[in-house]
Amino acid sequence: MSTVFIPAVLRANVGGVKSLELGGDSIRAVVDELVAKHPSLGSQLLTDDGDLNRFVNVYINGQDVRYLAGLDTPVAPADEVRLLPAMAGG
Amino acid sequence: MPKSYADLLREARSQIREVSPQEVDALPAGAATIVDVREASEWEQGHLPGAHHVSKSYIEQQIEGAAPDRDAPVILYCAGGVRSLFAAQTLAEMGYSDVASMSGGFQAWKGAGLDFETPVVLTAEQKQRYSRHLLIPEVGSAGQAKLLGSKALFIGAGGLGSPAALYLAAAGVGTIGLVDFDIVDVSNLQRQIIHTTDRVGERKVESARIAINALNPDINVVLHEEMLVAGNVERLIAGYDVILDGTDTFETRYILNDAAVAAGIPVVHASVFRFEGQLTTFVPYDGPCYRCLYPTPPPPELAPGCSVAGVLGVVPGILGLLQANEALKILLGIGNTLSGRLLLFDALETEFTELKLRRDPNCPVCSDAAVQARAEGHPLQVDGVDVDAPFLLTMTGLAGKVSPEARA
Repeated sequence: MSTVFIPAVLRANVGGVKSLELGGDSIRAVVDELVAKHPSLGSQLLTDDGDLNRFVNVYINGQDVRYLAGLDTPVAPADEVRLLPAMAGG
Repeated sequence: MPKSYADLLREARSQIREVSPQEVDALPAGAATIVDVREASEWEQGHLPGAHHVSKSYIEQQIEGAAPDRDAPVILYCAGGVRSLFAAQTLAEMGYSDVASMSGGFQAWKGAGLDFETPVVLTAEQKQRYSRHLLIPEVGSAGQAKLLGSKALFIGAGGLGSPAALYLAAAGVGTIGLVDFDIVDVSNLQRQIIHTTDRVGERKVESARIAINALNPDINVVLHEEMLVAGNVERLIAGYDVILDGTDTFETRYILNDAAVAAGIPVVHASVFRFEGQLTTFVPYDGPCYRCLYPTPPPPELAPGCSVAGVLGVVPGILGLLQANEALKILLGIGNTLSGRLLLFDALETEFTELKLRRDPNCPVCSDAAVQARAEGHPLQVDGVDVDAPFLLTMTGLAGKVSPEARA
């Protein structure tokens, strides 16, 4: 199980928790499990084609998955996955 | 047995190697650390180029700042060559293995017609005001003079800009520009500490100017009472050394990014949401830019501003001060910035998390292809679509025109 950190702006979709323990051996599998459990996240995280939206960055252990293998980036137990949309507030 | 001054001097001469000004001048740059051990008032009249200043009275306490490696060559000098001999003995006792004293001191150096530098001299009032900076070797009078000659531009005199502008003003950043078209509202005062209750209803730029000049009357505050848009951004940012981005709209952040990259000006970026904040420094072509980090803005419902979502007042305070810290390092040329790193702050957990950022090789603003297109004076093409910078595509994002695959 990896730990997935949910940004504040999306927490209402997951019952207000900051992080979830999720299975899945790739970023795609983890995101699929997240969306399966919390379907309202689907439209916010994914495009109609099932890709990650460009305004949501995903990091695994502090590294942007765009520069690893994208959604196919492998996820091991104890990895930390972080969803991070841009914020504008100043 | 008591010793006279002459005895002590003879002893020092027998222990310490002396080098002539001509020998010091002939050394290749960086071959030895040169330390001026005279008093500050003497240093201000002129010193050897590239020398460090550590007054003899502080030599034991401060030499490691100037010469951290005890096995590297160190040459000390004073006015006439005596104080530096005694100071060199102290360094030898401290374990410096290659210490020499310049014979004849600065007088002999000048007498030989060799080059010297005259440091910027602060006024007596400035020396008092910035005394805690002057004590830090990494800042000192040269650093303080740099700050006084620097120009920082604030996009937004709000939650982030308020604390950052006050601290940069206190630090003596000589010119502070403020871009804001808003007026002070009572609901701002929970976090925008540069404004006050009795200035509710006033223009924010004017209210901020009053606070900045009350804190430090030396600061030249330049008011830009207008909204930053694609049509004025180049004019607004021209001539500034660093920009602190504290706006609350994506449109402004993208327009600023695109123009700042083109102008080569670093942007210290922060944003906040309730109990959380994000911070990084975009140094053009050194690290990623805002579009490398977030290629397209999120839809409005995913990114509400403070006026909609709320924010704990101290969060922009903390992030704004971290922005001020980044700006000071950039202006002084010291330390390491957050270029290439995104710092997340969670106030509820009091937790900082750092993420690694990279330049997007296909970035429409800072990639090699984008730079080349700008230099050649034609728009960059992505997927066969002309992309003009500063971008006006912001609100739709490039995603609307360019396939994600082309940019992945």
